[in-house]
Amino acid sequence: MNEPILKTENLTHVYSPGTPFEMTALNGVDLEIRKGEILGIIGHTGSGKSTLIQHLNALIKPTSGRVLLEGRDINESKSAIRQARSRVGLVFQYPEYQLFEETVYKDIAFGPKNMKLSPEEIDRRVREAAGFVGVEELLDRSPFDLSGGQKRRVAIAGVIAMMPEVLVLDEPMAGLDPGGCREIMDNILSYHDKTGAAVVVVTHSMEEAARRADRMVVLNHGTVAMSGAPEEIFARGDELRKMGLAAPVMTELSQRLRALGVELPGTVYTVEQMAAALLELEGGRGRA
Amino acid sequence: MLKDVTLGQYFPGDTVVHRLDPRTKILMVILYIAALFNAKSWISYGVVLVFLAAAIAVSRIRLKAMLKGLKPVVFIVVLTSLLNLLYGRGEIIAQWWIFHITREGIKAAILMGARLVMLVMGTFMLTYTTSPIMLTYGLELLLNPLKKLKVPVHELAMMMSMALRLIPTLIEETDKIMSAQKARGAEFDTGNLIEKAKAMLPILVPLFLSSFRRADELATAMEARCYHGGEGRTRLNVLKMAARDHITLGVGLALLAGVIALAKLGL
Ligand SMILES: Nc1ncnc2c1ncn2[C@@H]1O[C@H](COP(=O)(O)OP(=O)(O)O)[C@@H](O)[C@H]1O
Ligand SMILES: [Mg+2]
Repeated sequence: MNEPILKTENLTHVYSPGTPFEMTALNGVDLEIRKGEILGIIGHTGSGKSTLIQHLNALIKPTSGRVLLEGRDINESKSAIRQARSRVGLVFQYPEYQLFEETVYKDIAFGPKNMKLSPEEIDRRVREAAGFVGVEELLDRSPFDLSGGQKRRVAIAGVIAMMPEVLVLDEPMAGLDPGGCREIMDNILSYHDKTGAAVVVVTHSMEEAARRADRMVVLNHGTVAMSGAPEEIFARGDELRKMGLAAPVMTELSQRLRALGVELPGTVYTVEQMAAALLELEGGRGRA
Repeated sequence: MLKDVTLGQYFPGDTVVHRLDPRTKILMVILYIAALFNAKSWISYGVVLVFLAAAIAVSRIRLKAMLKGLKPVVFIVVLTSLLNLLYGRGEIIAQWWIFHITREGIKAAILMGARLVMLVMGTFMLTYTTSPIMLTYGLELLLNPLKKLKVPVHELAMMMSMALRLIPTLIEETDKIMSAQKARGAEFDTGNLIEKAKAMLPILVPLFLSSFRRADELATAMEARCYHGGEGRTRLNVLKMAARDHITLGVGLALLAGVIALAKLGL
């Protein structure tokens, strides 16, 4: 497996310490993000997912523990923080609410401009980022005239334009219809495939997470409850249910079918995979 | 970070102070402030201080929270005390350049500083122990007589409670937007004044937009539940003054009367 690019060591975060609102959101989290991998983070609401990922580019300082970017503590100095902000791109939940410029072009250019790149480089990056999410035709429009899904893709382009080596997205599919979810996921994957950047996706949607994730981490009450390949995680359906989560419906179905003696080939997370597996099974029988 | 502003924050609890009628607490703060401004001597300050300390002790508000709330006014307190210290009249004890320190100056500096600190702490006692909803309900009841003068008391109270309700949301929202723009490399604490003002734009535009959206949604939600102003509207829980409220108000009146009497006696 690839070497790690970003790592957390015994990361603990306490909100409002010393007040009646004190809340330990993260408790001793060790997380490793490897170069070029796709990592899915899942967990119940309030399990600390958003808190965790905001540590990854030094937006929140750990109460204790460290965050290391290629072995260097990102909270060590101002320049380390600045570097982490441009190398680790973070897309917040509902990122469309952070759009502010007159045109889509200017909004996407905000990040690269803050990185003090040359005008030519900024222009190149804006067009490239717009290409990744398919909004090239919208560059001259006002971001406020777009549909919800389009706004979200523009906002994601605003982070992609910084060309981060690690792209982190907090529930990028929240509140979108299935078509919109698929489109966003495809956009993110195309960035991963073309640049080789590591991608971390925080999600509720098991199907989408499992479709391409190399590894998954399950958070529960601020600690890492499980981590491993998607099929390893989903095999532990009972434990997942106890944490208020569930394996993808199709995975559950395939497990039940196998329990009944149906020899389904391969791993199944999505309806398409289920269909393909059943067809293959059928095809095998036909030939037999 | 922005969340650390405790101004006007409510610390839930279940002490006598928390359970007092909000009207009692509002009136007590008024009596307390009146007493504080009538206090002239060490003794009368001492009396008011004892009262404040007792209230803090009974309400079980942590001293740490109290001191944290004082942070925004530290500068004013220090400045006021310094001015009083350096420009007092009377018997001069020390002198340097245009400054002279007098015995009266020292006393004025200490008392003025104490007055400001006690003023802020006293008003914080109200917001720390009273939920915003109770606070506005109490205000509405106290201002009710003004309805006869066609003052829209209910509407004003409703606006105030909505504003109070929205402040934490707005702070949270600002925090979130700031983080999102920081993630795109924005920096808010560098550069000169113009650059800093310009850097606010990426925060203010989304903040205004979301405030309008929120206001719109709230209005729709209220209309969907048939809100049409205060006319004929009744309360689920009607406030009633209890014995503890009468006793507390009695103590407040005694405090004010005592301090005024002390001042009359030249103390
Ligand atoms: N800014 C904050 N101040 C205080 N508590 C917070 C804050 N943000 C999150 N929390 C609390 O920390 C816990 C973890 O929250 P979060 O990281 O947002 O979880 P998730 O993203 O998994 O839903 C929750 O209990 C939440 O209430
Ligand atoms: Mg979250």
